[in-house]
Amino acid sequence: MLVTGLGSFWGSRLAQALEQLDEVEVIIGLDTREPRLPLERTEFVRADSSFSILNRIVHATQIDTILHTHLVVDSTKMRGRALHETNVIGTMNLLAAAGAAGSPVRKVIVKSSTLVYGSTYQDPYFFREDMQRVHSPRTRVERSLGEVAGFVRDFAEDNPHVVVTKLRFSNVLGDDIDTPFTKAFRRPVVPEIFGFDPRMQFTHEDDVIGAMVYAALDEVPGVYNVAGDGTLPWSEVCAIVGKPRAPLAPVFTDLAARPLRAAGLLDLPTELLGLLRYGRGVDTSRFKRAGYRYRYSSVGTVHAFARSLRLEKTIGDARPIYRYERDVEEFFRHSPAVVHEGD
Amino acid sequence: MPDRPPGAPPEAAPSTIDLTGPNGATTDARALVPVPREQEPERDAELRRSDVDNWGRSERMRQLARSIYDPIYTNWFRAEWEGLEHIPRRGGALLIANHAGAIPSDAPVIMHGIEKELGRPVYGLAENLFRAVPVIGTLWARGGGVAAHPDNAYRILHDEQQLALVFPEGTKGPGKHYRDRYRLRRFGRGGFVAIAMRAGVPVVPVAVVGSEETMPLIYRSARGAKLLNVPYFPVTANMMLLGPLGLLTPFPAKFRLRVLPPVHFDVAPDQERYSRSRVMEEAERIREQLQQAVFEMLRARRSVWFG
Repeated sequence: MLVTGLGSFWGSRLAQALEQLDEVEVIIGLDTREPRLPLERTEFVRADSSFSILNRIVHATQIDTILHTHLVVDSTKMRGRALHETNVIGTMNLLAAAGAAGSPVRKVIVKSSTLVYGSTYQDPYFFREDMQRVHSPRTRVERSLGEVAGFVRDFAEDNPHVVVTKLRFSNVLGDDIDTPFTKAFRRPVVPEIFGFDPRMQFTHEDDVIGAMVYAALDEVPGVYNVAGDGTLPWSEVCAIVGKPRAPLAPVFTDLAARPLRAAGLLDLPTELLGLLRYGRGVDTSRFKRAGYRYRYSSVGTVHAFARSLRLEKTIGDARPIYRYERDVEEFFRHSPAVVHEGD
Repeated sequence: MPDRPPGAPPEAAPSTIDLTGPNGATTDARALVPVPREQEPERDAELRRSDVDNWGRSERMRQLARSIYDPIYTNWFRAEWEGLEHIPRRGGALLIANHAGAIPSDAPVIMHGIEKELGRPVYGLAENLFRAVPVIGTLWARGGGVAAHPDNAYRILHDEQQLALVFPEGTKGPGKHYRDRYRLRRFGRGGFVAIAMRAGVPVVPVAVVGSEETMPLIYRSARGAKLLNVPYFPVTANMMLLGPLGLLTPFPAKFRLRVLPPVHFDVAPDQERYSRSRVMEEAERIREQLQQAVFEMLRARRSVWFG
């Protein structure tokens, strides 16, 4: 199996999860950055995000499954051109390599986001996978995800022998993940838009990994929404996390938000701040029918996150810091001196 | 496992869905999560801090709204119902009614009345415009207002088996002149029939008399509507009498409401599409029924104010 974006939180996490599965024989991770977590048997290949060497790797190792976690859905992590390069050009090259003649790839799983549905007052309260967004996207990250959706659809059409799974995740909370929302909740006050209290939906980070692994092991072609069951109002989310809310003006919100963002007081980018107005719900029944069982509901996710915040308040950031050291990793994987259990 | 008589067919597969992939990965996949499953779905109710449901409705807020609105319902409009037995006590049903009065009082009267008399929540499907207005949009949602999207209606009626109220005339009903009172407008494109068919629920028509006189529309300002980006901008008798306060003050016309027998459709639910002609035909029949009921009630009405 091949994991793109190994240097991202999701890539490393996913590789770690796959390592525990015996039926996964080979795991190869691609990224420009080093892995974020200690990995035992994943082979890390440093490659640029245009995936130019992908073709060679796929052929040399006879990879049959690609897990594409390297779609940037958090526009605070990467800006402008770089984001376009990574999402649009990266995915295009990846799919081109995977669909090349004689390619052994039989399964492609793409991690996307429910951002593709947008958030307006004309929305249905629960988006199904086949529904279109009401207005065309205004932010770059949303536009790029829309373009990627088109590539994936075309790829699935052109390669009927490949199982293509696209998972659209709602906003993620969890013990370890950093998102604009988790950052916002670490501050003394949390923003809201005055007069609005929208319905929110959250996915737990364990369910993100669980869903990716489920798709990797099973055969679930198609597009699926992944989100915790149920919705809850923003005011309740803040109450569970135990943070007071500070209202932003309901008119010219984006204009007011700009200086706040520049001053580092506001973590939410435009597309997430918009969520605080109308929220978003997605229908998750299709992935459940495909057999996936969630570990957390939306409200359960928020509670789990609130618990980890309380622990963090007492003991500080307990997440272990890992630094990838190439020579050490090489030694453990390939030196004849290292005794591998089960050999 | 309950005992089965010998020879009985084997039970169907257990309803719980297995995590097992084709490779039998159950145990491994579970081992990913270092901590055992913490949240059972049944515990969700305990975890909640508010009673706001998936549609933004809060029973507690609704209760508060009812206690405030009840004096208006009882003393101002003196609403009286007949045929309440036609509204199902359980299961989904799509309530439809004639819509009138520049700023219509019929929606709160119907929702309040049914919740009071039957103790069943009613979701009011309305123009999604409300959602965009700060504070009001939130209060509207907490009080049971839901944006009228076909998929929302389907979920409320089919998945949740609740009551939903819709005005098929849309804004054409309250936006009509007082001289056209009690003449029902076109029932849109009959979408409400298609939704009821798809959800497999009956349509229950409710004829309302009194609503037209609460806020007679004298003049429609096209410029005002354009300026505020609303479907119509009414100039009403109330406003002429009371000034801007007239926007908030309906006249105390006597409300009478008659629930007609439910209309069941003899079609399979959950179809992708229903015959357009059948849908239009049913919609027109229901409209005709409702119009006749309204005329009959008007024949029996002696006074606008005393009924």
